[in-house]
Amino acid sequence: MTDMATGAETPAGLASVEAVTSMLAKSGYIATPEIATAVYLAHHLRKPVLIEGPAGVGKTDLARSVAQGLDQPLIRMQCYEGLDESKALYEWKYGKQLLYTQILKDKIGHLVEDADSLDEALHKLTGFQDIFFSRDFLEPRPLLKAMEQAGGSVLLIDEIDKSDEEFEALLLEVLSDYQVTVPEIGTIAAQVPPLVVLTSNATRELGDALKRRCLHLHIDFPDAELEARIVRTRVPGVSDRLLERLVAFIQAVRGENIRKLPSISETIDWARTLILLHADSLDPALVRSTLNVILKRQSDIAEVAGKVEALLDGGDKAGR
Amino acid sequence: MERTLTRYIRALRSAGAGVSTTEAMDAARTVEVVGWEDRGVLKTALGTVLAKSVEEKAIHEQLFELYFSREAAASAAAEGKPGEGGEPDAGQPGGGEAEPQAGDGEGGEGGDPVEALSALARGENPGQLAMALERAGAAAGVDEIRFATQSGYFVRKMMEQMGIEALEARLMEALSRRNAEGDAEAEALMGARSALQKQARAFVEARFEIYGRSAQDAFMNEILAERSFGALGRSDTERMRALVERMAKRLAVRHARRRKVRDRGRLDVRRTLRANAGHDGVPFDIIWKIKRKDRPKIVAVCDVSGSVAQYVRFLLLFLHALKEKVTDLETFAFSAHLADVSRPLETLPFETAMRAIVDEVGSGGTDYGAAFLELDRDFGEVIDRRTTVLVLGDGRSNYSNPRLDVFKQIADQAKRLVWLCPEPATNWGSGDSCLLEYRPFCTLLTHCSTVTDLERALDEILMAYD
Repeated sequence: MTDMATGAETPAGLASVEAVTSMLAKSGYIATPEIATAVYLAHHLRKPVLIEGPAGVGKTDLARSVAQGLDQPLIRMQCYEGLDESKALYEWKYGKQLLYTQILKDKIGHLVEDADSLDEALHKLTGFQDIFFSRDFLEPRPLLKAMEQAGGSVLLIDEIDKSDEEFEALLLEVLSDYQVTVPEIGTIAAQVPPLVVLTSNATRELGDALKRRCLHLHIDFPDAELEARIVRTRVPGVSDRLLERLVAFIQAVRGENIRKLPSISETIDWARTLILLHADSLDPALVRSTLNVILKRQSDIAEVAGKVEALLDGGDKAGR
Repeated sequence: MERTLTRYIRALRSAGAGVSTTEAMDAARTVEVVGWEDRGVLKTALGTVLAKSVEEKAIHEQLFELYFSREAAASAAAEGKPGEGGEPDAGQPGGGEAEPQAGDGEGGEGGDPVEALSALARGENPGQLAMALERAGAAAGVDEIRFATQSGYFVRKMMEQMGIEALEARLMEALSRRNAEGDAEAEALMGARSALQKQARAFVEARFEIYGRSAQDAFMNEILAERSFGALGRSDTERMRALVERMAKRLAVRHARRRKVRDRGRLDVRRTLRANAGHDGVPFDIIWKIKRKDRPKIVAVCDVSGSVAQYVRFLLLFLHALKEKVTDLETFAFSAHLADVSRPLETLPFETAMRAIVDEVGSGGTDYGAAFLELDRDFGEVIDRRTTVLVLGDGRSNYSNPRLDVFKQIADQAKRLVWLCPEPATNWGSGDSCLLEYRPFCTLLTHCSTVTDLERALDEILMAYD
């Protein structure tokens, strides 16, 4: 009843919010209700999802897991300053066009041989003009490529805040109508609209026009229970005792006054590190020697190193 | 149900979350997809469609609970209405009696309206009471409430809509009978009246939370923005701080455009050749020279003597709130002499920092000439071609030498020199004020005594870097 006019079939993984949750769980992604709802709505409303939140909370991973769960290709476009049309939408294959010119030069005498007048010769040639700017010479870049996937795809536009403002304007056509206009050819519309995920670390405020067109999802640091579940999924070898203490410690560290808070990706890295070191519990010396895995600034490490015992104690109490 | 959604969107808008028409349409489609049944799903779903920032999400979270808990009560009441005929209302002498409060006005011949109203007030049928309140509220236009002080007026209007006048007339009549029976009846009526009033007040207050609270806040902010810093009371400081932060954010967004201008007139030959080497040197890609703009660098020099201290507080508050945009900020304070105060301001809480600063630079006996001399001599290297020097002070130098030569040198060294003066222009140059002597060297000399003035001045400063 709910599928929108586009007529595309709803994959089983997107049938309901619960289905999304279990599909993502199968791909190893533990989704909160907010995340699952956003993915569900993205499909049913045919709208891109804009994900904001601190670095390392699984924004990019969500797109990857959705693609994996739906068994569709993930087309990724990393944004950076100076990214433009020719790298995002399409480009003409200049080399091939040049080669074509050369061939044309050789053949042109032969072609216009039997023309009596200049007019006639020109008339003959005009027919070939369009070949220059045809699909054969078009090099699709991520956005166009996503439109062309017959079986649907997941398009990830990563770190949109790193791109220039003009680029946002360029995205509007793609995001609202799922089509790309190539002036020389015309409009190329997606057969199956891709599921679009945009991520942003909020280094700059995004334009209203873009925000209006997107569903907005904010992923924050998870609470202890959710974080433990995520780590368990990602690092199956971790023992319960270690997991509990490790997550409690990370949660305590996030309460400290430090510049760069550790995210889930750091927690996972740390869990892997501790397993490599054959640790099955946390002691202050071990924590101190591995702090550089979770903290990325010297001043932060110095700050936390002085409080390891207190944080471990606090975490312990909270853990119980 | 559609109306429920549009009214919720209206409530969101009045709470300060910008919801566009497209987003409203998306919300309607969202409801079609997820349905009304599961409140949790509805809440998160609407959150992704309607609230597009962390602040807006917070507004949505709060308002959703407020709005839909009331809405649920109202719809439960509405469901009670059609079933009215079939379901015998316990404790109600007759089914027909509910009619007058159901909004049909005076047509209640079937029963005694006063008796029905008192029954309602006794809370024997909460659903009916909720519905009556809802109707009276709609008729009285309670949704238009803007200020907390209006609630008395709306409560009275609602009571009138519910037919309180008849009850009051009966009350007067009962009192004038002057016998035990009359007194008892009057007491009962009085109880009913105050119960109804309590209900109506609760209703109006809930509506105020949804529709009025933010409008009132906006109004207060508007007034505050135009009030002179000198006239601010202690109680305003908190609100002012929030206001300054909001304005700074707005300013930062306005100036957040990429500081890069494509200079289309000039070809970058070197980069063009390199980019097209693959095409045998045929220039397919033309690369133009790009001119980069300076990042704003502000050196604030603030007079912290008693007369100006209040103004300095808000200037510094504003500048610090702009941190995201103005990364390069040096702050100097002076009174008797000058000191670099960037560090205490960054590390200490504002109040403590201010006290430490005043202790350090000494109070009383402001000497502008000496301050500029110290700035040039000790910190001359912080002022360069891309620096805006921002002086905040009244220019009252206690008749000391203004050292115009040093001031001129600072002005020459900097990109721009902006002087903000808390005194109105008519006082410039009177008494010991040297402002008119400093004036020729300033890029901009302006009167600045309210947050709005401050915003305008900083906007102007940042504009030079856009």
